[in-house]
Amino acid sequence: MNTFVEMSISKAINAGLAKAMRENDKVLVFGEDVAELGGVFRVTEGLLAEFGPKRIFNSPIAESGIIGTAIGLAMRGYSSVTEIQFDGFIFPAFNQITTQLAKIQNRSEGFLKMPVVIRVPYGGGIGAIEHHSESPEAYFAHTSGLRIITPSNPNDAYWMIQQAVASTDPVMFFEPKRRYWQKGPVNLETPPIDMHAARVLREGTNATVVCYGPMVTTALQAAEVAAEEGISLEVIDLRSISPIDFGAIVESVKKTGRLVVAQEASNFVSVGSEIAAKVHELAFYHLEAPVLRVGSFDVPYPPAKLEEQFLPDADRILDAVDRVLAY
Amino acid sequence: MTSEDFKSASMVQMLSVEGDFSIPEQFAEYGAYIEKLTNEDFLKFYRDMATMRRFDGEATALQRQGQLGLWAPAVGQEAAQIGSGYGVGPNDHIFPSYREHGVAITHGIDLMSIIKIMRGVNHGGWNPDETRFHLYAIVLGTQTLHATGYAMGLNFDGKVGTGNKAEDLAVITYFGDGATAEGDVSEALLFAAINQTPQVFFCQNNQWAISSNVSRQTRVPLYLRGTGFGVPGVQVDGNDVLACYAVTAKHMDDARAGLGPTMIEAMTYRIGAHTTSDDPTKYRDNSEVESWKARDPLLRFEKFLRSRGVGQDFFDECDAIGDKISAEIREATFALASPPVENIFQHVYSQPHPTIVEQYAWLKDYEASYGEGEK
Repeated sequence: MNTFVEMSISKAINAGLAKAMRENDKVLVFGEDVAELGGVFRVTEGLLAEFGPKRIFNSPIAESGIIGTAIGLAMRGYSSVTEIQFDGFIFPAFNQITTQLAKIQNRSEGFLKMPVVIRVPYGGGIGAIEHHSESPEAYFAHTSGLRIITPSNPNDAYWMIQQAVASTDPVMFFEPKRRYWQKGPVNLETPPIDMHAARVLREGTNATVVCYGPMVTTALQAAEVAAEEGISLEVIDLRSISPIDFGAIVESVKKTGRLVVAQEASNFVSVGSEIAAKVHELAFYHLEAPVLRVGSFDVPYPPAKLEEQFLPDADRILDAVDRVLAY
Repeated sequence: MTSEDFKSASMVQMLSVEGDFSIPEQFAEYGAYIEKLTNEDFLKFYRDMATMRRFDGEATALQRQGQLGLWAPAVGQEAAQIGSGYGVGPNDHIFPSYREHGVAITHGIDLMSIIKIMRGVNHGGWNPDETRFHLYAIVLGTQTLHATGYAMGLNFDGKVGTGNKAEDLAVITYFGDGATAEGDVSEALLFAAINQTPQVFFCQNNQWAISSNVSRQTRVPLYLRGTGFGVPGVQVDGNDVLACYAVTAKHMDDARAGLGPTMIEAMTYRIGAHTTSDDPTKYRDNSEVESWKARDPLLRFEKFLRSRGVGQDFFDECDAIGDKISAEIREATFALASPPVENIFQHVYSQPHPTIVEQYAWLKDYEASYGEGEK
């Protein structure tokens, strides 16, 4: 019998991490302020008390150092779960992530494995100051050698962090920070599908909305409103950004003929761009309308008082749905 | 400022430029390491320095003949590399930059592995777990953080300061004067100090980072670079193989014993170009190169050996070994097959990734679609 426990996304990641640390004593957790404080979002709260300072410790405020030492620890047989405190602070580590972490398995022709998880709270909508609200996933999705996943609900958060830790490849784990406190049931017994599989969250017939991370809640809200207007939307939670489960998207498009991709990231050269291009290749004759992207604007993330207009919301998704239905 | 301004009055030196051997009193703790060396050790040091130089010359020639895409010569740095390489224990791990051909020799790396990188056959491909000599790092300074992370792991594994010298382990990382300007080197020194890692930072200051003199990389001698982070430093004559050996061996011993990290700056000189694509005549005077050639590490050690009664037979034997290695490298290079195209899709991930699988399948179909004579 399955046991379901109600918990928030942040608590679910915490519980998943604790389970991974219990199951494998080579799993380490480190980053800025993760130990006594439990991280600025308290995702690692309580882990120090259970596992002690050899398993979870604070790093100096040096993101390149965090990833670079995680690489060295992987060479010594450790699986590190690193935390980058905020999306906008990841760039000092960009070099170590893209030129080293992503390429060392290839450079060593498979002799070395790189079981490193990089947790990144990402996205906006929390009224923060600059550099605390960004969606940098596309920079990393462009780099071969990395796996990139992002949960949208507590059950996925609980299981996907464990799947990420178990992977022998580097995994970037993007956490939708404005949804950290969103609660939902977590099945503690049965793992869900593969971490790279997309999932249909709501079946529909008129158009498909593909989304990931923080936009999943927004897309589901849009689908509710659309239903009241007699429009049936199929909502797909991508869950994985590299690789992307194009099979699931194409299957849905074959049914609905129309696709909208919703993302918090700006549209130019984005995950949505890749999906649009690929779906045009794979399902051209099934499309009744061009694929539309609903993202944020291609401008720097604005001051918090303007983020409501900057970020895509349910209305903008519905606007795009109206446009694809108009063809 | 010139290179001479960065020379420390306390630079460890045991062999004068003339090859005279002495251990000043203040270096007695290093001298103890030389006292333990046998005559055979001395001959091995020379033989490997000579081999390194011959290998380097052959590789440069192969590049000039179009057999290698690039070569990064290390002529002039033989003492720093062979001396320090033998100061590293048989189970310690080594994180090199991309010019550590001599260190590779001291730890039994197949030199064709390096040739393959420079020919464009692969990006490395040896097993660092087995060789303990990690892959060449081309992005400057990145390897210093990997070394520190590995050394943190040694601490977690309880492989440090146990008192059992056969079990304790340490790590050494190599980098140049140019790399010290990279943030990663500073972060590595910081993480090493905070975690008291069993680690040596070995900086070969060869005075030139491509065309920039060391005075464009630092205002203070590099052996002092770690002190602000809590990593003490020592400067050694990088063209004195005995001093390089002793200083490295002592600080690796200290690291294994749990005394924390040290930075060693070996003052040496890059006699050759940065790489075969470089033209040093555009940025440095020949008189400077000549002054360093007079401090040649091989000549100096040869004088020392001859003063100890080593005869011409030995040096002839080294020449013969050099001839043999050069011929073998040349022959093996010409025999290198181009890698099969499927290699580019392998080991990108440890588990299948659909994008890679799909693109490999596409390429196979595409190649199969070639008509007669099109390939």
